[in-house]
Amino acid sequence: MAVAEEDIHVPIDRDVDVVTAREKGRELASRLGFSRTDLTLIATAISEVARNIVVYAGHGELVISPAQQGERCGIAILARDQGPGIPDIGKAMLDGFSTGKSLGLGLPGARRMMDEFEINSTVGAGTTVAMRKWVR
Amino acid sequence: MPVPILKQGAFLIACIQPGLSDHQLLMLEDHLSGEVERSRAEGVIIDVSALDVMDSFATRTLRSISQTTRLRGARTVVVGIQPDVAFAMIQLGLTMDDVSTALDLEEAIATLAAGRAKRHGRG
Ligand SMILES: Nc1ncnc2c1ncn2[C@@H]1O[C@H](COP(=O)(O)OP(=O)(O)OP(=O)(O)O)[C@@H](O)[C@H]1O
Ligand SMILES: [Mg+2]
Repeated sequence: MAVAEEDIHVPIDRDVDVVTAREKGRELASRLGFSRTDLTLIATAISEVARNIVVYAGHGELVISPAQQGERCGIAILARDQGPGIPDIGKAMLDGFSTGKSLGLGLPGARRMMDEFEINSTVGAGTTVAMRKWVR
Repeated sequence: MPVPILKQGAFLIACIQPGLSDHQLLMLEDHLSGEVERSRAEGVIIDVSALDVMDSFATRTLRSISQTTRLRGARTVVVGIQPDVAFAMIQLGLTMDDVSTALDLEEAIATLAAGRAKRHGRG
């Protein structure tokens, strides 16, 4: 008998939470029937958005849940924080743009790894990244 | 749990375990540069075959380890990037251009030994 999957909430406060988030995401994605390659893409995308919370916002959370759309099933990942927000999302989504002296690949890379990617941010209020990927 | 560093002749070998935190990876960077100094190692092998994710932070840190040890006269070879992980790295836009890679430990040791022979004028 199939057990209904529940949303998984992972609080993100420190670097180890990034590891927890991607492990939980991989676990759920594996139960949902994703291929090995897709599991790695999903875990890597989770790692990037979770780390951005630790580095730029300090605190936040990830909500990982099964997604359904007609016949399709997949995984939904929501990353949200109440950090400083992003003044220019267009710039932040460019390969190589970083205010943290890093590679600037996390956000644009996560978008490439997932099927759907939406980012919303308000300066002073926080950032939300919603991503989905469908089982093929 | 810190990453153990083994010494094998003139080379150091570090095996990264899955689930390593950013902090532990930075500690490895510190330990390795200390060990290269102390043991006068000529090469460093970092085995990542157990890693199921190589994100921007891990890649950046491995590059940095490679650059630091090079300044200390040792070469770094990253071993065992899994095919899925390599594919995800490409999607992310990550490259290891400036880092030597090898498929397995044997190949890594051969690469380092060849470089060593050359430097010692026997290549
Ligand atoms: N949750 C967030 N809150 C505030 N700013 C953010 C957040 N996430 C991303 N940013 C901003 O967007 C920029 C781009 O993010 P992205 O993850 O693409 O690159 P990065 O974190 O700088 O480098 P990398 O992820 O490659 O290590 C960041 O430098 C930062 O300025
Ligand atoms: Mg980032």
